[in-house]
Amino acid sequence: MLDLVWLVPALPLTGFLLIVLFGRKLGDPFAGVLATTMTAASFVVVAGIYFELLSLPSEERKHVVTLFSWIPVGGLQVDMALLADPLSITMALFVTGIGALIHLYAIGYMHGDAKFPKFFMYLNLFIFSMLMLVMGENLLVTFLGWEGVGACSYFLISFWHTRDSAAAAGKKAFVTNRVGDWGMLVAMFMAFAAVGTLSYEGINHAAESGSLAAVTATGIAMMLFVGACGKSAQLPLFIWLPDAMEGPTPVSALIHAATMVTSGVFLLTRMAPVLHAAYPWSSDVIATVGALTALFAATIAVAQTDIKKVLAYSTVSQLGFMFLAIGSGAYVAAIFHMVTHAFFKALLFMGSGSVIHGMHHEQDMRRMGALRKVMPITAITFIIGWLAIAGVPPFSGFWSKDEILLYAFANNRFLYFIGVLAALLTAFYMTRQVIMVFFGEARWNDHAEENGAHGDHTPHESPWTMTAPLVVLSGLAITGGVMQLPFSKETHWLEHWLEPVVHHSEANIKGTWAYDNKWLLLGLAVIIATAGIAASIAVYAKGKFKAVEPQLLADAWRYDSSISAFVGGPGRKAFDAVAAFDAHIVDGAVVGVGTEVRAASGLLRKVQSGLVRSYAAIIGIGAVLVLAWFLLRGVL
Amino acid sequence: MELFVFVVAAAMVLGGAIGVITRSNPVHAALSLVLTLFGIAVMFVSHDAQFLAAVQVIVYAGAIVVLFLFVIMLLGVDRTEDVNIEPITVQRPLALIVSVGVIGIIIAAVVTSREVLGRKVGGLDETTMSSPDANIRQLAREIFGNNVFAFELTSVLLLVAVIGTVLMARRVKSSGVGK
Amino acid sequence: MFSAIQPTSTWYLILAAVLFGIGAFGVMVRRNPLVMFMCIELMLNAVNLTFVTLATALSNINGQVVVFFVMVVAAAEVVVGLGIIVAIMRRRNGITADDLSALKG
Repeated sequence: MLDLVWLVPALPLTGFLLIVLFGRKLGDPFAGVLATTMTAASFVVVAGIYFELLSLPSEERKHVVTLFSWIPVGGLQVDMALLADPLSITMALFVTGIGALIHLYAIGYMHGDAKFPKFFMYLNLFIFSMLMLVMGENLLVTFLGWEGVGACSYFLISFWHTRDSAAAAGKKAFVTNRVGDWGMLVAMFMAFAAVGTLSYEGINHAAESGSLAAVTATGIAMMLFVGACGKSAQLPLFIWLPDAMEGPTPVSALIHAATMVTSGVFLLTRMAPVLHAAYPWSSDVIATVGALTALFAATIAVAQTDIKKVLAYSTVSQLGFMFLAIGSGAYVAAIFHMVTHAFFKALLFMGSGSVIHGMHHEQDMRRMGALRKVMPITAITFIIGWLAIAGVPPFSGFWSKDEILLYAFANNRFLYFIGVLAALLTAFYMTRQVIMVFFGEARWNDHAEENGAHGDHTPHESPWTMTAPLVVLSGLAITGGVMQLPFSKETHWLEHWLEPVVHHSEANIKGTWAYDNKWLLLGLAVIIATAGIAASIAVYAKGKFKAVEPQLLADAWRYDSSISAFVGGPGRKAFDAVAAFDAHIVDGAVVGVGTEVRAASGLLRKVQSGLVRSYAAIIGIGAVLVLAWFLLRGVL
Repeated sequence: MELFVFVVAAAMVLGGAIGVITRSNPVHAALSLVLTLFGIAVMFVSHDAQFLAAVQVIVYAGAIVVLFLFVIMLLGVDRTEDVNIEPITVQRPLALIVSVGVIGIIIAAVVTSREVLGRKVGGLDETTMSSPDANIRQLAREIFGNNVFAFELTSVLLLVAVIGTVLMARRVKSSGVGK
Repeated sequence: MFSAIQPTSTWYLILAAVLFGIGAFGVMVRRNPLVMFMCIELMLNAVNLTFVTLATALSNINGQVVVFFVMVVAAAEVVVGLGIIVAIMRRRNGITADDLSALKG
């Protein structure tokens, strides 16, 4: 089974190719069924590989399948190879599993769309790229997937490209990602220059054995972090993620909640030994950026009115938590949170999609309310997701967030405090969202006539293709915490599973005050979650306090407009200066060469008189000279 | 005796050559050429190359010069060319330099190697010069022995030249045909 | 008494060189295309004389074989050359070599 690991990306790729060729013939819904089947089959293969890895002892859980030699150029030998080890299989499991559920959901959501087959073509291509990313054996295969998911993100965000805002959002996402990709490329160059190979085995081994200088390791780590910031939407490159909500909701659920945005976290965990070999301040940078992003995005989410935008900023915030974990050396906690976040965030997005679908594409929360009465399944599953993200035990989000905060406290108290604040706000704004959407007064009839609605626009529950995945994911959101329970060493299953990958670099917090008092911190986490929920209920449900939603927060601290102002003003002037330099000096030099040559040839042209006799004379002179040479050759 | 023949033949050759380059009337120049060709033929005979002398007279003087005269008459270029003026001012000095240079270099080469080359003129080989047709025999043996392929090729060459020239020089009925 | 002096091959070779030089001079100086062609024939004859002289001087019949072929090729060349001249000069009368300057750069 382990040798069949190439099947895992091959199945979605086949799905993609089949839909490219026969998509229009298959149509709605068979194109979607095909795509879903391919992804589900891929999941089955991954599960098989998982069980086979489990049967091996811990040190041997690493299998490389080389498909072919991709770039054999002198010193650079890169193979197209896939690596099946605990980390990649964990990622592949939830990518294909949640991916299959979202494919099923999308069959219902995209029903009736004119470009139905195209959507699933892109979805399968995305799954293929993501699998190449996580299962790559070297940085270049990962980069192939990295670029692939970026491209698919662009395709899918601007899927309804006739809408200007969607097309612009797609471009914004791609360009911002590109800035991050630069970082990853530079990191690859540095790694190759220092170690001579791009494979994870080689680089990590060099980092662990100490042959990678701390300076180089820091450079590589920081550049990888730039790439991660772009892909995983951290400060300052997060601005594309809220705009990416222009894409259809299954896209938001799959790409911008569960999978693509976690690539950065995955990459840093994969290169954990390099981070460990770098200067300590680099980890601090990562942790600080993560914590600040978490807080920053949480503040913005408090003031959003679009149901998907709240979740988008929430994603940015939760990703900030994951980077906080990585910066604190808690790779297992980061992966743990990544998996639980995938469960509940995908659930929340799909739930919001169900709401939007039921509300006939109304996305403004101010026009919703009391939807639990007409959409019961959606409501219950959404509530489960809410409890998970808010950090209420025993739901999965509580355990993962608590683990992160524990390691953060052991590393840096100040960052812990910021994380706590962000967690508080998370509970607050998520409760606000649940209340506004599912409880309270039904506001969908207010001003309905003015907003162009007509006929009976009472919201309705969604079809089974959309609610079934919600139920499955809610089950996972409830039970997911089992992976890593803090009760004893034996229940740290995820930690044992990931040990071969991160054991060298995982921070050891045994003996710190935090570790000894972890139950205290756990209780504190419960209190924070409850406090956030209670405050939100007090403001939005009971109306005891006035809702504070400043416009500054709604505008996302005017981040976008300040960038536009800078680029439009001084930025533009700089660009114009460079363009003028190119046109006049660089082009001028080139043209100048041409002019000089022309002048010289104008002079030489006069030799060609066209008169046959002068040609004969010149030939004669040449002949005389040659004869003279022959004669004198013997003499001289 | 050979000296006398040499002097006369040389006079013919050089006289005819000077005539070719100085006569402004092309017909006169053609006749001077004939004088040169005859002189060369005489010199061939004095080298015991009788066959070549005959071919020289028949082909060169008899056919080629006649061709020249035909074309002169055909095109009516018997109008004289003014040899006194020269539009390209540098041409005459340049031509003088070239010809004097060529002559000088060749003379220098010949004089340097006169031990090797300066043999008495008198036929190729005493033994082979025994019979009157010795030259023909030897020549024929060489041409049709070692050089028969070249011989065949030259016949093809003649054929090609004739066909090409016929095609090239015909008057084409339609208008606007290029040279 | 003149019979004491025998013309050696050197004399013939020098004569051929002079003839060649005169022919080269004529090609460069004369403007009438036909006369230029005749001067080329002078040069060819000078070469023929050289070959025959050397054949005698080196006792090798191949010199004369070369002359044979040179004559054949000269004949072919004259045919083609005159054809070209006819083709060009039929159009305009009074053409000299200086008028054919279409290759002017």
